[in-house]
Amino acid sequence: MAESEFVYVTYIRTTPEKLWQALTEPEFTRKFWVATVQECEWKQGATWKLVAPDGRVADAGEVVEIDPPRKLVLTWQNHLFPKMTEEGFSRMTYVLEAKGGTVKLTLTHSMEKKDSKTIKAVSNGWPYILAGLKTLLETGESLPGTDKWPEGI
Amino acid sequence: MWTMSADVDRVFKALAAPERRLLLDRLRAENGQTLTQLCARMEMTRQAVTKHLRVLEAATLVVTRWRGREKLHYLNPVPIHEISERWIGKYERGRLAALADLKKKLEGEGNG
Repeated sequence: MAESEFVYVTYIRTTPEKLWQALTEPEFTRKFWVATVQECEWKQGATWKLVAPDGRVADAGEVVEIDPPRKLVLTWQNHLFPKMTEEGFSRMTYVLEAKGGTVKLTLTHSMEKKDSKTIKAVSNGWPYILAGLKTLLETGESLPGTDKWPEGI
Repeated sequence: MWTMSADVDRVFKALAAPERRLLLDRLRAENGQTLTQLCARMEMTRQAVTKHLRVLEAATLVVTRWRGREKLHYLNPVPIHEISERWIGKYERGRLAALADLKKKLEGEGNG
């Protein structure tokens, strides 16, 4: 049983295929995921890296499960903050479900540790990223602030 | 049930009842609770809590997940965040956070 966990849901007017593309392809992710790029071959067992604009690896892990355009499970370890790195791997899941003209995106992020610093940090970050993703897919434009790496990190 | 994208009306309506805001506070304090856990700490009948949770779920302010036979309730801040993004600019956010901190300090944590 996970000790620290959150579940976020957003409905986006798009198709599962477009949402999958937005979640995985660098030309999309850098527009809403604070200018980061994911390095991954997108197959089970492949390494996954979230790379900051200055080249530092912000987070890294492995693809646990991949079923485009329905489900992605990653292990996830932060590399920027030692207190979070020492917590080890968290687990992030995307589930995409088409509902009418929208796609329900369910994001779960958990760690087998009570009061995890990693989970606390990502639980603050994800609503911004998700709002940026929704705006990008529905309007074609980035939300101000979600297309740039935050200063001082 | 929910077929349209985040409906702002539903979010405001769901937030307009003190009982429902209290349920959100309880989930913020401890995320992933069952109905029984939520009821144990409320001065409301189980039916009333169920009814309020349904309104919160329709507004996607609460999302549920099954773990075995247990239905767990989670606070979903995404719709509130979307509302804040609509009216709060990028540069105002820092100043607003500073004001909110000041208010919290002056009024004491308990009244937040």
